[in-house]
Amino acid sequence: MSTPSPYAIEMLHITKRFPGIIANDDVTLQLKQGEIHALLGENGAGKSTLMSVLFGLYQPEEGEIYVKGKKVEINDPNVANELGIGMVHQHFKLVECFTVLDNIILGVETTKGGFLQKDEARKKVMALSEKYGLRVDPDAKIQDITVGMQQRTEILKMLYRDNEILIFDEPTAVLTPQEIEELMQIMKNLAAEGKSILFISHKLAEIMAVADRCSVLRKGKYIGTVETKNTTMEELSAMMVGRNVNFHVEKGEAKVGKPVLEVRNMSVASKVHKNNAVKNVSLTVHAGEIVCIAGIDGNGQTEFVYGLTGLEPLVSGSVKMLGEDITKAKIRERSLKGMSHIPEDRHKHGLVLDYSLEDNLVLQRYFEPEFTNKAGFLRRDNIRKYAEKLIAEYDIRSGQGPVTKARAMSGGNQQKAIIAREIDKGPELLVAVQPTRGLDVGAIEGVHKSLISQRDAGKAVLLVSLELDEVMDVPDRILVMYEGEIVGELDPKKTTQEELGLYMAGAKRDEVKA
Amino acid sequence: MKKILKNDGVQSLLASLICILLGLLIGYVVLLFIEPSGAGEAIKAVIKNFLTYNKKESQLKYLGNTLVKAAPLVMCSLSILFSYKVGLFNIGAAGQYCIGIACSLYCALALKLPWWVCTLVAVLGGALAGSISGLLKAYCNVNEVISGIMLNWIILYGTNMLLTNVKEATSPYTKEVARTSAASLLPTLGLGKFFNNNKYVGVSVIAAVVIAVIVWVVLEKTRFGYELRATGGNKNAAKYAGMAEKRNIIVTLAISGALAGLGAAMLYLTSYEQWNCSTSSVPGMGFNGIAAAFLGGLNPIGAILSSFFIQHITAGGAYVDKKIYCAQISDLISSIIIYLCGFVFFMKLMMNKRIAKQEERAQKALAKKAAEGGKEQ
Repeated sequence: MSTPSPYAIEMLHITKRFPGIIANDDVTLQLKQGEIHALLGENGAGKSTLMSVLFGLYQPEEGEIYVKGKKVEINDPNVANELGIGMVHQHFKLVECFTVLDNIILGVETTKGGFLQKDEARKKVMALSEKYGLRVDPDAKIQDITVGMQQRTEILKMLYRDNEILIFDEPTAVLTPQEIEELMQIMKNLAAEGKSILFISHKLAEIMAVADRCSVLRKGKYIGTVETKNTTMEELSAMMVGRNVNFHVEKGEAKVGKPVLEVRNMSVASKVHKNNAVKNVSLTVHAGEIVCIAGIDGNGQTEFVYGLTGLEPLVSGSVKMLGEDITKAKIRERSLKGMSHIPEDRHKHGLVLDYSLEDNLVLQRYFEPEFTNKAGFLRRDNIRKYAEKLIAEYDIRSGQGPVTKARAMSGGNQQKAIIAREIDKGPELLVAVQPTRGLDVGAIEGVHKSLISQRDAGKAVLLVSLELDEVMDVPDRILVMYEGEIVGELDPKKTTQEELGLYMAGAKRDEVKA
Repeated sequence: MKKILKNDGVQSLLASLICILLGLLIGYVVLLFIEPSGAGEAIKAVIKNFLTYNKKESQLKYLGNTLVKAAPLVMCSLSILFSYKVGLFNIGAAGQYCIGIACSLYCALALKLPWWVCTLVAVLGGALAGSISGLLKAYCNVNEVISGIMLNWIILYGTNMLLTNVKEATSPYTKEVARTSAASLLPTLGLGKFFNNNKYVGVSVIAAVVIAVIVWVVLEKTRFGYELRATGGNKNAAKYAGMAEKRNIIVTLAISGALAGLGAAMLYLTSYEQWNCSTSSVPGMGFNGIAAAFLGGLNPIGAILSSFFIQHITAGGAYVDKKIYCAQISDLISSIIIYLCGFVFFMKLMMNKRIAKQEERAQKALAKKAAEGGKEQ
């Protein structure tokens, strides 16, 4: 071909079948040189499969792939690397105990007589870092730096390998609002320098803000490609979900009842540094209200929840639930008293990945007479019935139903399973930590509805969230946490995102009484 | 056919068989290197074990011996796999087995207690040794492999010291249980007569099978097993769900230890073997238990079969012609085969890869056919 192709990547009419399912059905994706192209779709729409095809992890049954106008056969991830395609995964692939620099050069180290030559590498990394505004500390260890900096390390890894085509797999799922902003700017810088970017996401606002064009997948089928400047969020979401989605959370007035949770002067130790991560926090959550703890990630929310749910001991302070002191209660006792906990990290705490879906759904209730008989044997038939009920009620999708291994389920459906389990327990207090993390628009709507119906049923809900939209829309009261302290109480009806941001950044603070 | 191949149980079985064949093959090659003329006969002897004998009576008698020694091996492999399911690697099984020997023999020879008391003390001894590792793991975060290995040595020398009190005056071996305290012998239930009056065969053979089934039921069917496997799968999630994960670690290692200790009583209370009070390493039974557990696909029922097989070839090694090969050859060949047994999970992985690849190809072919068919129409 004499004239250079305008496309960095063309994936034409890709079809990939798995036993019982067509993951990609005649999907076409064309990424122009130097553009930011969003790939939008719900969980299970086939985005991951399409990327696995591009990286040679799967071979498509039909379809062709062109890179820069040349037809290519990608049957190995190494081939993709050689073609200059790089990916930042949703879950970072970094060595925790290595420094940023070591991680970047890992696999492509320059050596002389068997010794590492890091000086040149450092120069190249620093130059790239400066050019694209990717702030990193090359000598810090991965375990000590923020998630945002870890992601910038991943991006530098791709640039260090001179990749021209960059794929970001749901990059904002783990970031704070400020970090998201920064990432958007970085992506624009990269595109301006001629890199072609594929941005996999289901967050419409971000796609509208940063992408030039957007291709939509739904249930494995290619729906279409639109220019973002000619479309609206409503149109995109309708393309993605196949129906109109209500963005605004509908809810009535809160009917606030008696206090359910009373935390007084709680302090919790930090695992990272010597100071307390939570300092002298007091708050009250009443029946029939949703209280949200807002804040930038890493300001003590995680430790606060650990202290509240009994995963970590308190340094000082007390916790009362329904008037009873539970400061020293075991986790199981708290659960039996009516505390449910949707954990922040579903893989770490929420699921036993090698257990089947049904076994995970009874994780908090397996010991009840319904599921264990007097002799201590599991009542498998009841567990199956219960699992089938929850699967139907909460629309949990999986390959083989109740017996699917949790590991084999998509992230969104794993989250749905946890939410189903925790809400169906019938809690008096629901502690929901980032319950919509990694979920698509349709699923988020469902989770918010569940939280509000808990509230309307007279239960107390404590929501911990990093998503500004969620913080503004869902709760009845907002408490802002900054460096382990509650620095402000806001009424979501009266405040603005800007004001909230000032509290979150520590620029503004009030005395807050519980 | 494909469906059968994809079944997990079938895969485990196939992988085990492949490992066994590979082990035999490598053993054969080693024999060829040392002395080609006798290699064929030697490997045949290993495989044949008690079948070497022509007379049916002799065959039965030596089959009985193999069974007597397979029973404690079943217990050791159950000990390993039980803790393995909970995410713990109980390499201390060897020491727990050893403390079982010390307890059962001391109770029998010095105190002349009845067999069931001796057995109970051996079980408690093993449980105690296991729970030391468990306590250290749960409360001090000491790796159970390290504490297990260290305990193995302490227990070994403790056993030598204790049993020196009940050894023969003229040899390093302990007195025979059969002659010293008949009440301490395990009941034979009259099983010996099926094995040409082999006086060692008895309750232990049946007990080993029954206990394997119980272990399987506990792990797979009970609330306790559900908790243990959850702790093994993800201890953070187990803690989050309010399971007492520290208690579970201790209880698991205590049960593992009890199983190994019971295994020791099952062998030594038959009077089949005496303890050598100048032994300088823990008995290999506990370590062979690791191979048996993996060869059995970490399934209690599989452990019965794999333990029998491993004991079978270990005993078979004794029949290799010592005029051609040196005395150590029998141990060498059986340990090569046992070593290969550890590769079961690697084999399974390779098999699954192959199946996936074939499926991919079949899918492609099918799609192609469909596309061509479409064009014709």
